Amino acid sequence: MTEALLAALFVFVLASFIGFEVINKVPPTLHTPLMSGSNAISGIAVLGAIVASGARETSVSVILGLIAVVLATVNVVGGFLVTDRMLLMFKKKEIKA
Amino acid sequence: MSDFLPTGIQLTYLVAASLFIFGLKKLGSPATARNGNVIAAVGMLLAIVATMLDQHVLNYEMILLGLAIGSGIGAIAAYKVQMTEMPQMVGLLNGLGGAASALVAVAEFWRLLDSGAPVPLDVNISMLLDVLIGGVTFTGSFLAFAKLQGLISGSPITFPLQQQFNLVLLAAYVTGSIYLIMTPDSLPIFLGVVAVSLVLGVMFVIPIGGGDMPVVISLLNSLSGIAAAAAGFVVMNNMLIIAGALVGASGIILTEIMCKAMNRSLFSVLFSAFGTAGGAGGAAGGAAIDQTVRSIDPEEGAMMLGYARSVVIVPGYGMAVAQAQHSVRELSDQLERMGVDVKYAIHPVAGRMPGHMNVLLAEANVPYTQLYDMDDINPQFEQADVALVIGANDVVNPAARSDTNSPIYGMPILEVDRAKQTIVIKRGMSTGFAGVDNELFYKDKTTMLFGSAKDMVSKLVSEVKQL
Repeated sequence: MTEALLAALFVFVLASFIGFEVINKVPPTLHTPLMSGSNAISGIAVLGAIVASGARETSVSVILGLIAVVLATVNVVGGFLVTDRMLLMFKKKEIKA
Repeated sequence: MSDFLPTGIQLTYLVAASLFIFGLKKLGSPATARNGNVIAAVGMLLAIVATMLDQHVLNYEMILLGLAIGSGIGAIAAYKVQMTEMPQMVGLLNGLGGAASALVAVAEFWRLLDSGAPVPLDVNISMLLDVLIGGVTFTGSFLAFAKLQGLISGSPITFPLQQQFNLVLLAAYVTGSIYLIMTPDSLPIFLGVVAVSLVLGVMFVIPIGGGDMPVVISLLNSLSGIAAAAAGFVVMNNMLIIAGALVGASGIILTEIMCKAMNRSLFSVLFSAFGTAGGAGGAAGGAAIDQTVRSIDPEEGAMMLGYARSVVIVPGYGMAVAQAQHSVRELSDQLERMGVDVKYAIHPVAGRMPGHMNVLLAEANVPYTQLYDMDDINPQFEQADVALVIGANDVVNPAARSDTNSPIYGMPILEVDRAKQTIVIKRGMSTGFAGVDNELFYKDKTTMLFGSAKDMVSKLVSEVKQL
């Protein structure tokens, strides 16, 4: 089990570095969409929620898992859609009226 | 052959993680950002579908129902929200993500308890961290939402022995955790730890003022990612760990940018309500008060703008509150038609969250090529004939540069006082968030247009049209 933990730690730290590198150069104009977009990605907890509610039974853990599925999906769908809505507004030059 | 499916799921995760990174990279440029967001969304869809194929996932109907309900709520919220309410929206979504991560840990604890299987130490520690970070993100975000929405007062809330109370909470969390590591099957203690984590989230945001919300929202954004990563450690899922780490990193970068823009350390934002050191306001700029300001009417203002060669517009949150961004866009269109070069200068904390002002202007159809960041525009103010300040105050206060006694000394500002002339649209002479007088208003080169941003800008538009 410790081996799995170590591997997971490696993944976590290296992914953090990738995150820093990729996001460091984002211009301020895009900070809000970046935040709402990355916010949607943090809804990845939905995967854990699906696994937690996977058993075909009515137990406390499955019910909690299903609640988590709903909450995380709101996070994912709301986050991506609102980001798209914002980015749709960013235009280079308006079409000449 | 039996591990064909699990391998396929893992490989799909690898693709999804790559799509996240690729999508985030594309989010870094306005031209490709929309694609980037779609790419990340596709990655998410792939990851969800792959997880549904897991052999342990049998409860399809209920899970699909949950996904459908969540999607419906999310979609409605995303299309209903006003752009001015974007910080609240992001705050709420952060909170939901944090809650979901914490729930994963609680559900896993319950499952292990029911199965009677021994809890491995590393899973146990991951669960405790997940509950703490997810719980703090959950309640902290909802409190930030309430403050931004005006449901509760935006000013810092403190009470006697608050710090001691926080220390007791922290000690309770640590004690409970140690107890659980030794006796992992104690449900009451586990629930106690959950409760303490939730209260800690409230205590974390309650002493922070409304003006510091950009920092808090960024930090909670980061925490929601770290909570997801912690949930990944609980269920040993690389996808959660990678995605969580990416979000954690992005949130930390934004937090740092916001702190720098306000010239405050993260520590002072989080704890300034306690240390009464500084006592902002005080004797700040007391000498300047007896000076006079020069007030003009819209007609004069329109003349100055219309006959200028270059104008820099400095929008502040006051403009957004007055919903004047569309009128401002009209004004700049009209000026451009007359051959005036118009630029917008955006201070990093002009809105209520990082990049908020840019979104508000984009909504009003201002092309993003006209928006300039502080570092790019500051050297250009000297060439500008007129700087038009609309509803901004502290971010254009020259005292930040010169007056070492001022509470905002050292904060990076937009140097509008270097322009040949400055017009300030403002309701009255009240002070900004920092509660300090602004010597800009008393300068010879500065003229004031008193009135609401929306009224004044509309009047400027019609006056400019008549030139």
